[in-house]
Amino acid sequence: MSFDRKQIPAWRRGYRFQFEPAQNGHVLLYPEGMIKLNESAAAIGGLIDGQRSVAAIIAALETQFPDAPELGEDVEQFMEVARAEHWLELA
Amino acid sequence: MLNTGSNLPELPTKPAIGLPLWLLAELTYRCPLQCPYCSNPLDFAQQGQELSTEQWFKVMAEARQMGAAQIGFSGGEPLVRQDLAQLIREARRLGYYTNLITSGIGLTEQKIIDFKEAGLDHIQISFQASDEHVNNMLAGSKKAFAHKLEMARAVKKHGYPMVLNFVTHRHNIDRIDRIIELCLALEADFVELATCQFYGWAYLNRVGLLPTKAQLVRAERITNEYRARLAAENHPCKLIFVTPDYYEERPKACMNGWGKLFFTVTPDGTALPCHGARQMPIEFPNVREHSLQHIWYDSFGFNRFRGYDWMPEPCRSCDEKEKDFGGCRCQAFMLTGDAAKADPVCGKSLDHGLIIQAREEAEYASQKIDEMAFRNDRNSRLIAKS
Repeated sequence: MSFDRKQIPAWRRGYRFQFEPAQNGHVLLYPEGMIKLNESAAAIGGLIDGQRSVAAIIAALETQFPDAPELGEDVEQFMEVARAEHWLELA
Repeated sequence: MLNTGSNLPELPTKPAIGLPLWLLAELTYRCPLQCPYCSNPLDFAQQGQELSTEQWFKVMAEARQMGAAQIGFSGGEPLVRQDLAQLIREARRLGYYTNLITSGIGLTEQKIIDFKEAGLDHIQISFQASDEHVNNMLAGSKKAFAHKLEMARAVKKHGYPMVLNFVTHRHNIDRIDRIIELCLALEADFVELATCQFYGWAYLNRVGLLPTKAQLVRAERITNEYRARLAAENHPCKLIFVTPDYYEERPKACMNGWGKLFFTVTPDGTALPCHGARQMPIEFPNVREHSLQHIWYDSFGFNRFRGYDWMPEPCRSCDEKEKDFGGCRCQAFMLTGDAAKADPVCGKSLDHGLIIQAREEAEYASQKIDEMAFRNDRNSRLIAKS
């Protein structure tokens, strides 16, 4: 099944993406829990605003990292995992 | 570690001290309920004066600076603090993810709205049972259950994520299917099915609370059936089943290690590496006298069980010590009188017989709900006196 890049991701209610200076990285906070995101997940997470589509996120990242290969697949994979974990919803 | 190529002998490995990512703010020991499994200290009625609003502001600011990202407002019942909305607002301003851990008693729809406006991220409501009669008997209040239901609905209505917490024990665990159904009907995002852990008042009432092995196995099976069903429906509700360690052969990695992640501040300002540690014969520092920086990194109490050097056998040479850190220090102290011993839950502990005995007692225990010692001021004073 192919991934529909027109979908718009939004963090699930009660989930908050933020930078933590003490950890020098981005985290996803939720009721009584926290996930430390690696750099590429953080780059994707920073573009999720409930407005941008997956395609728009990929385009923004391609501008940001012109030399990175296979960005689209990485983003799709992140979205699949994050949706399966119920961190975000795709509408 | 990078090899720098020097000829210095290798230093013994000392695990680095982690960041206090979690701040548990026990705002008060006051509570309108009387749950016989409360984890508060038995002598809560004799504890010192509560910290002021400004003192809590200082605690929150220092912990945030040190890396705390989650804050839990707990108690007692945190709603009895008149400054709760102020504390929430300041915590959120500092960048915390703010959790209110409440029985729901004292909550109103207006407060739910006000807290949201102040920046509260999440509300956890604890239930005592799925059935009105048992719930009210345990809570020591006639109206508790109906009010909790109403508040749980209001929490969702106002856009919060919601965790429902059920402490399960021998008098309610057989209704676990009804508990789960109730949580699903209330649209909980997370459900904690926490089999009673035996600290504080729960330890005192252990005979009346510890389920039998058969009860536990059944409850876990039913929970797994619901999990499979929810997963098949791609349902977002997550069921968290906490097994009581009394039925394990290896101890839990309590608090993820002593002084590694959790920073608890009790109502009077005493700082603890875990909310159960107060009973230990260790003088813990107070935030009125010391900075959180000093308390976390330098105080005797927070360093007492860090790393592995404090361990006697059988933990010292155990190949699982880095996984479970020898288990729970409070439990070792309560059951054996020595906080440095292996947690008796462990099959390798010489004191494991105490756990086996408790399991056997559970098979023929007959204590009824109303025969347990309820957590209230009167009982607390009586216990502290004797």
